[in-house]
Amino acid sequence: MRRGQGWLRAIPPAALALGCVLPFLLSNFRLFQFTQVGIYAIALLGLNILTGYNGQISLGHGAFYALGAYTTAIMIDKWNVPYGWTIPVAGLVCLAVGFLFGIPALRLEGLYLALATFALALAVPQILKYFEYWTGGSQGIVLSKPEPPLGLGLSPDQWLYFVTLGVLVVLFVLGANLLRGRTGRAIVAIRDNPIAAQAMGVNSALYKSLTFGVSAAYTGVAGALSALAIAFVAPDAFNVFLSITFLVGIVIGGLASISGAIFGALFIQFVPNWAQEISKAAPWAMYGIFLIVFMYVMPRGIAGSLWLAWTRLARVGRTGRAG
Amino acid sequence: MKRTRLVALALVGVLGPLLVAGPAAAQSPGVTPTEIKIGNTNPYSGPASAYGTIGKVIAAYFKKVNDEGGINGRTIDFVTLDDGYSPPKTVEMVRRLVEQDQVAFVFQTLGTPTNSAIHKYLNQAKVPHLFVATGATKWGDPQHFPWTMGWQPTYQTEGHIYAQYVLKNVPNAKIGILYQNDDYGKDYVKGLKDALGDAAKKLIVLEQSYEVTDPTIDSQIVNLKNSGANVFYNVTIPKFAVQAIKKAHDIGWKPLHLLNNVSASVDVVLKPAGLEASKDLITALYLKDPTDPQWRNDAGMKDWLVFMQKYYPEGNTKDAFNVYGYTVAQGLVHVLKQCGKDLSRENVMRQAANIKDLALPLLLPGIKVNTSPTDFYPIEQEQLAKFDGERWALFGEIYDAGKK
Repeated sequence: MRRGQGWLRAIPPAALALGCVLPFLLSNFRLFQFTQVGIYAIALLGLNILTGYNGQISLGHGAFYALGAYTTAIMIDKWNVPYGWTIPVAGLVCLAVGFLFGIPALRLEGLYLALATFALALAVPQILKYFEYWTGGSQGIVLSKPEPPLGLGLSPDQWLYFVTLGVLVVLFVLGANLLRGRTGRAIVAIRDNPIAAQAMGVNSALYKSLTFGVSAAYTGVAGALSALAIAFVAPDAFNVFLSITFLVGIVIGGLASISGAIFGALFIQFVPNWAQEISKAAPWAMYGIFLIVFMYVMPRGIAGSLWLAWTRLARVGRTGRAG
Repeated sequence: MKRTRLVALALVGVLGPLLVAGPAAAQSPGVTPTEIKIGNTNPYSGPASAYGTIGKVIAAYFKKVNDEGGINGRTIDFVTLDDGYSPPKTVEMVRRLVEQDQVAFVFQTLGTPTNSAIHKYLNQAKVPHLFVATGATKWGDPQHFPWTMGWQPTYQTEGHIYAQYVLKNVPNAKIGILYQNDDYGKDYVKGLKDALGDAAKKLIVLEQSYEVTDPTIDSQIVNLKNSGANVFYNVTIPKFAVQAIKKAHDIGWKPLHLLNNVSASVDVVLKPAGLEASKDLITALYLKDPTDPQWRNDAGMKDWLVFMQKYYPEGNTKDAFNVYGYTVAQGLVHVLKQCGKDLSRENVMRQAANIKDLALPLLLPGIKVNTSPTDFYPIEQEQLAKFDGERWALFGEIYDAGKK
């Protein structure tokens, strides 16, 4: 971080403090919506690591979200595993599957990879129906909402929100450390110039598969949390549209930006609802207009544009010509 | 980082106890002396948006009721939201309806997976979850889910009817089945098998399935013909029903063709498939088909057409969903009238579970709505009909699944 912008560092803790106070200011319903924002933000960060930082386009992250959700649901439903354990397991399962999927995907670049992952998104709802014994087929699996630990005095919604917030903070800190260090530079170098990266000794194949795995793990953890928050999983929840929504989220939020994941999550959670408020007849047309306006006004995503605005303001401030 | 967290914790400590105790809920949420607020979700967008017209026709019917003075002096405020047939969205929207909009109850939420997602929530919150729009069997379980009630005959019920018909009328039946590979298709198949009992294994010679995303089902039809089946149990949605009827006709397969009610529309299915090819199809009905000429002079159907023109002119008068929505809205109005002045959630549920021999104008003659505290399946009667090349000719007795 550059000098003179020291108090920018105060933003993440301030945001976290705001995040901690929210449960006591909002109704349970609003809180549930913000829990979903947190869940989406984790998924979007995962996708952003892959697409924004590493330059691999995925139209199939809904599949990993589903895999995470079903891992949690099946573990709770079939084996009565305490829900807390299912979240890391969902992450590990998706890490492994994402890594393995990343190996053949290495041969595919850009749009071809997008198509391969798109196929994954298309296939998942049908695959889920096929393994009916485990997945409950199209009827899905009904879960119970996690109960808050006794003595905290929290409602289930508040508890779930804090669980999500905790996971989010851990994953964001891990993600920031990963991307800021040596590994992160290698990941970005592969995106910017794969040949130069290899010449500098970056093992492109390994890094790409690993990035795919980590990205899938993030999205899987988000899926696991969503299974707990919704307390129900069914194939219809994980259609192709979900994957596309994720892509919209990272582009609107800001590619290759950590805070962009949160802005993107706010967008995909709330804008469809606003669109419906504005026009009952054509909500998706309204949504489309929102998308176009955002892309025109903020071509680098919300995070990118805020950053741009900030640097300009800072420059104006330094030269003493405010306004 | 650490200091901020301390600050946050301190804030939590101070503000928490003040805010956790929210205002106590009103006695009858969603009910004022002049209004009752009813919540609903429908797929106005997404893969199932063809069903969206049900929500629209219900809203139109409530507008008519309000124009005519409402129910017991109260008008209906019908809040209907789009869930895109996505269960997580349904949860969000229904929570909004219950917690933020404070509706009195939830009515006609559409879809099996979507309703499954809110089933537990509404029962824990003790909010009536009335007349859900799905043919699955799980909605009539007052013992475990006393706040949820179905509406239409279940798919399994319909399967029972066909099974009994086959057992009685086809001595050497060899049944071939085509079904959609989801809960809807499987429920129909289960209903048939359950009623066939031990004979099912012997009688069913081939089962074929398709995915709703498949382009055609031609090869399945050929397989079914080659299996030597003389009874064709056709569990398909309209698009595939047209293909199935056509293909069977084209390859000269003439089985006893049992077509599920889902695709029994004359204009939407039988005419595109060819009236000649559709001859002698058998289905089970409980509603009047708006495209069937035998109801052209029926008083109920005429009223419906007048209503459609005045309140829902953009709606399709050939679409059976608009008959369905109109009828279920009338069912709810009946319940609300029966509630009298007491529109508490408990009383709404009590009256919904106390419908006695209610005849509605667009139910087939003789079919009645009945519920009781132990019977949460409002419509359990259907009648078989054979297509004579022009209309569905009703025959046989009215079958009543509730009588068994």
